Amino acid sequence: MEQALLYAATLGTLAGIYGVLALGLNLQWGLTGLMNFGGLGFVAVGAYTAALLTAPPSPTHLGGFGVPWWLAWPASACASALLALPIGAIALRLRADYLAIATIGIAEIVRLVVRNEDWLTGGPLGVTAIPRPFESLGTPLGQIAFLLLVGAVLSLLFAAAQAAAKSPFGRALRALRDDEEAAKAAGKNPARLRLHAFLLGAAFMGVGGAMMTAFFKFIGPDALEPVTVTFLVWVMLIAGGSGNNWGAVAGAVAVWAIWAATDWLAAQLPGEAATRAAYVRLFLIGLALQVILIARPEGLIGERVGSTQR
Amino acid sequence: MLQLVNFYVVPGLVLGAIYALSATGLSLIYGVMRFAHFAHGDLMALGAYVALGASTAFGISAWAAIPFAAAVTVPVALAADALFYARLRRSLPAVLLISSFGVALMLRAVIYLIFGPTPVTFPRPIVPPLVWEGLRIQRRHVWIILGSALSAFVLHLILSRTRAGRAMRAMSDDPDLARITGVPTAGVIRLTWVIAAVLVALAGVFLGLDTQLQPVMGFNVLLASFAAAILGGIGRPWGAAFGGLILGLAEECATYPLLAGAPLLEPTYKSAVAFAVLIATLLFRPQGLFRGMI
Repeated sequence: MEQALLYAATLGTLAGIYGVLALGLNLQWGLTGLMNFGGLGFVAVGAYTAALLTAPPSPTHLGGFGVPWWLAWPASACASALLALPIGAIALRLRADYLAIATIGIAEIVRLVVRNEDWLTGGPLGVTAIPRPFESLGTPLGQIAFLLLVGAVLSLLFAAAQAAAKSPFGRALRALRDDEEAAKAAGKNPARLRLHAFLLGAAFMGVGGAMMTAFFKFIGPDALEPVTVTFLVWVMLIAGGSGNNWGAVAGAVAVWAIWAATDWLAAQLPGEAATRAAYVRLFLIGLALQVILIARPEGLIGERVGSTQR
Repeated sequence: MLQLVNFYVVPGLVLGAIYALSATGLSLIYGVMRFAHFAHGDLMALGAYVALGASTAFGISAWAAIPFAAAVTVPVALAADALFYARLRRSLPAVLLISSFGVALMLRAVIYLIFGPTPVTFPRPIVPPLVWEGLRIQRRHVWIILGSALSAFVLHLILSRTRAGRAMRAMSDDPDLARITGVPTAGVIRLTWVIAAVLVALAGVFLGLDTQLQPVMGFNVLLASFAAAILGGIGRPWGAAFGGLILGLAEECATYPLLAGAPLLEPTYKSAVAFAVLIATLLFRPQGLFRGMI
């Protein structure tokens, strides 16, 4: 019973974290049309910022400042936004494809720094013993409290994303995405608006990374990988419905449920077959993306603009 | 001086030739279809692995297995286009880019399934390097450079001397004008895939011969290939080839111990050179060296 409860709490927590990541990508791609294929880089910077700030002092990496989580998580958001600032300022002036390529580069640079700068990140050893909020409450209760905290953060960020989407800022972003010339003619500054959306999305991803490290209590160079961080979030957003925050969260929960279920199914197979099943799943998720793009490009819950009563 | 040539310039040219082959295909695809083909790296890895499979199955050398690699990458590229990209042609270029990202994952999954995740090498007989006045160069490096130069020459002939090549350039310059003047766009698109897939199969086999094969080998050089294509001016095949050479040389020479024995750049950061070149290009000359499309 307790085992099942813990498992459910784990799934729920990760679904909530993915929800935050999908909301961040929705701000960038869904609302503004910015392609970020370096989600991993922004998540990793948020993760390491929170890890170094909250972990106890250690000789294997910088700091371990024992800062409480409620200070460290906003710092993670700032750090990721800071990473997004120069790259956004350079690449956003140009074609959309260039940003996609540049963000792949950002992810690569972050990976190199994390792996090689031992003094900062602990290198391959990573950062361990990261405290998780509420773990003092004991085994099932602590996990449930953390799940509620993640849920609260998700709700807060969701409200913020909704407010942003409905505000004049959000309308300007949509206008820019759909017809840049018209938006410009209406006196909007495309470069600045895009940069703001890009920074905001990156900040969301940073918070997602911070919550991930707190949940796993560990971060290392191999803890985050492009398939489960960058790509899965794209599939979630496209499946759920880009441009719609409800869609982003629904997609995150639905795709994560499928992902976790197939993970569990694969684990039931004997050794070699389990590894192969993971590859089959990778293939199927790529195929699923194609099917959605072709058959239902608006996703589960499409974007709703225009009349407010809907 | 000799050390610089032997250990930095020659490997740089080899790497540059590989980047050039990959970037040329990317640039052609971008020119004709206006999207960044993110599955290019994994198509490259597929070519390399098919060549490995053929060379072990038939007991032939990796060089002789190149036609087998191309015989797989070409239909795969055409199938991806017919099944997925063609249906999205009217959407935003961004949607095509995302779709190609999905194709990349599918290809990678197939490679993992068939060949497994462990890095492997082509069977490589040990041959002494060619030595001339202190200049040492591996035979396989000579062949890679010559092979790349030859394919560049053949591509040049196709683009400049044949009707199909001219149609391709016309479409890259102005798709609407090409269409109304009767350029068979569907045929041009197919031809573009064939050329790009052959080039990327070559790049894959060469990369496998130069280093080793692993499922992410192509994705690892994707950033460098894009950087080369943008440096040369995207949509300009010759620019991409030139950009590839520059980038390969820059990456290898960046680790040269110029100042008091310490390398200019720690070798572990070598792959950051592509990113630096990309950012510098976007900052100072976004149209690329040869005035591509911005």
